[in-house]
Amino acid sequence: MAKETFLFQAIIFLASAIIGVNIAKRLGLGTILGYLLAGIVIGPFVLGFVGEEGKDLMHVAEFGVVMMLFVIGLELEPNLLWRMRKLIIGLGGLQVLLTTAVIGGISFALGQTWQSSFAIGSILALSSTAIVMQTLSEKSLLKTASGKSAFAVLLSQDIAVIPLLALFPLLATKLPPIQRDNFISNFNGWQQTFIVLGAIATIIISGRYIIGPMFRWVAKTRQRELFMATALLLVFAIAELMVIVGLSPALGTFLAGVVLANSEYRHELESDIDPFKGLLLGLFFMAVGATIDFNIIKTHLFTVISLVFGLMLLKGAILFALGKLFGLKGDQNMLLAVSLAQMGEFAFVLFSFAGQYGLIDPELLSLLVAVVAISMALTPLLFVLNERQISPRFFTKEKDIRPQDDIDEQQKVIIAGFGRYGNIVGRFLRANGVSATILDNDSDRVDLLRKFGYKVYYGDASRYDLMKAAGAEKAKIIIIAMDTPQQCLEMVSLVKKDFPHLKILSRAYDRNDSYDLMEAGVDHLYRETLDSSIRLGADALKMLGQRAYQTQRAAKTFLKHDENSLSELIKYRNDSKSYINVAKEQITELEELILRDMKDEEILERDSGWDSDTLRKGAIKD
Amino acid sequence: MPSILILFAHPAFEKSRTHKELIRKISGLENVTINDLYEEYPDFDINVEREKELLLKHDILIFQHPFYWYSMPALLKQWMDLVLEYGFAYGIKGTHLRNKKIFNAISTGGSFSAYQKEGHNRYTITEFLAVFDQTAFLCKMTYYPPFVVHNSHLLSSEEIEDFSNQYLEVVTGLRDGIFSEDDLVRANYMNNLIGRPYTL
Repeated sequence: MAKETFLFQAIIFLASAIIGVNIAKRLGLGTILGYLLAGIVIGPFVLGFVGEEGKDLMHVAEFGVVMMLFVIGLELEPNLLWRMRKLIIGLGGLQVLLTTAVIGGISFALGQTWQSSFAIGSILALSSTAIVMQTLSEKSLLKTASGKSAFAVLLSQDIAVIPLLALFPLLATKLPPIQRDNFISNFNGWQQTFIVLGAIATIIISGRYIIGPMFRWVAKTRQRELFMATALLLVFAIAELMVIVGLSPALGTFLAGVVLANSEYRHELESDIDPFKGLLLGLFFMAVGATIDFNIIKTHLFTVISLVFGLMLLKGAILFALGKLFGLKGDQNMLLAVSLAQMGEFAFVLFSFAGQYGLIDPELLSLLVAVVAISMALTPLLFVLNERQISPRFFTKEKDIRPQDDIDEQQKVIIAGFGRYGNIVGRFLRANGVSATILDNDSDRVDLLRKFGYKVYYGDASRYDLMKAAGAEKAKIIIIAMDTPQQCLEMVSLVKKDFPHLKILSRAYDRNDSYDLMEAGVDHLYRETLDSSIRLGADALKMLGQRAYQTQRAAKTFLKHDENSLSELIKYRNDSKSYINVAKEQITELEELILRDMKDEEILERDSGWDSDTLRKGAIKD
Repeated sequence: MPSILILFAHPAFEKSRTHKELIRKISGLENVTINDLYEEYPDFDINVEREKELLLKHDILIFQHPFYWYSMPALLKQWMDLVLEYGFAYGIKGTHLRNKKIFNAISTGGSFSAYQKEGHNRYTITEFLAVFDQTAFLCKMTYYPPFVVHNSHLLSSEEIEDFSNQYLEVVTGLRDGIFSEDDLVRANYMNNLIGRPYTL
């Protein structure tokens, strides 16, 4: 029976995770909320598949948190930290301290104990790394001023988790069951301290001198699963060591992660641990969802809603003030405030941790978990609101254009994306008297371009209303030069659907991307590297002593030949785009390409009009 | 000592036997500059200022090229279109080329007899070159008779070598002022001046 229950439970959790995450992703809510929703649905208040065992499950799932901290440790490159020290310590540090103080102060004023106030303030100060990083990278905003600042703040929040994990037990009003009786309690005070320090030293020293050689020894077997096993063993062993000496396992693995961040196996460790971390964390979030007490929320519905808005407004205001202090301009600053105003997944971790130590009243805890979850769910909506309403209205305001200008200056060309690629196209067109309308989502760039009199619209180009505002209905040509292939493809499908009269000229990344664009119906595509690599080859031929004109013609011929092969090889493209086939496909394709290079008569017998050999033979015959 | 500028245009120089030899022979001569147009401007993007300066620095200009379709290779035409500007080469103020000498040094597959009224090309080389003659006239330059290599596809290496020596003699002779102006204007081919005329 017990076995059956286990299997049944596993099926419930896995199935609901798959369905929940899928739906959440499609709604643009992100995986974490997907897990949380799945947890709520299978929890006692909706379907009731899991009841009280949710709490037990939480203990298992907490291992996901341990792994997450290990991975965070691995990702903390000392170089990166040093380069961003000003933002991390200044902007990030101030954000954590100030927000903790303000929220903590309010809780204290509302009658919480000082321990509880501190825990609530510090936990709610943190934002959601997962949601923010994903959103910023999807919108390719990571490299903008606000993206960098947001990244720095998130980094310092990640680091702040460590001292919080260490501090909470010290503030504890009750001890969690597992810690009441352990190995270390048999010793007296100074011995305990000695053992703890010894354990930490063991981690650091073995990270430096033992783990490296051990991984090298395992790697020699070339068995991937063995390497994975070693990585798991490492995390388990450190966690166990920490439990023995009475410290938090998360702390220990974080430390180990930092020590290994510089090792040659860093990336491998990260990718091996990642799936386990992801699943266990997912389980953890589901357990959190399953343990939310909806009866409490129902009775305090108004409190929950006002808490969500109050807290987000407060956090946003603090971020906005700090951003200003650190020199962020209008809309960049707003973006920072908007992107970090929510509470994050660390709150779930720290809430359950704080709950174990009796720092926060369980009823309040349930409320706060719901508040955090709702604020996370609101984040994508907030981004959209900022992009469409707040930013254009208050920050990147259009300069007043006289009405008659509107008619005279009807732009015939729209450039979507003015980055590395688009800016060259735009400058070239402008140098030749064509001033295109530009759509770009880097506000620094937008400001600069406006200074030079370019007609620029700020925002995500693949939005219908922005395209319409930019005059897509009357334009003739759209040049798609956005930063990622995915963005370009989305743009193509928007144009095809809503503005089919536009001629599309699109940047393409490689052959594969070209095929995607061709299948999407783009007739004019330009592979980024093609022209420049052929030009390089032609220069090499010239340096080897070939005639300049001959190499120039050879380059032109090869360019044409390669573009012909592209349109012919798409016929052979394998329909199954499965992960395994891609590499194999690429190598077969290369083989086919080289064969075609060798067979093309255009290349071999070019310019026979100038070929005196045939003339000579003819002349001799006469 | 007058200086000579060779304006050389050959799109497939690497395949040419005759011009390779002609160019080799006159390379490195004192006061002789070779301007290899197809090497200099493979993309047809001619630097007009550079070309004008070169023209101003030299006294005798030679268009050396294969005689494609009774005319010049495309880049040489492009060169004429862009470099011989109004106000520089011709027009009221266009006197910069005045009194310079100019002629063509060409190779052709056809024989001397083919380029006669009765031959299958129906016109003489001189008639075909009327375009250059008139261009020179408009630019107030003196047009000299052409140096011609006939039957270029049939020549043996020795014969090509011989022609390249003739070419050398013509170029150095002009540079050193050996030929009389009367002979220069009267001859139908430059080849005649060094005693190697084509005959029917």
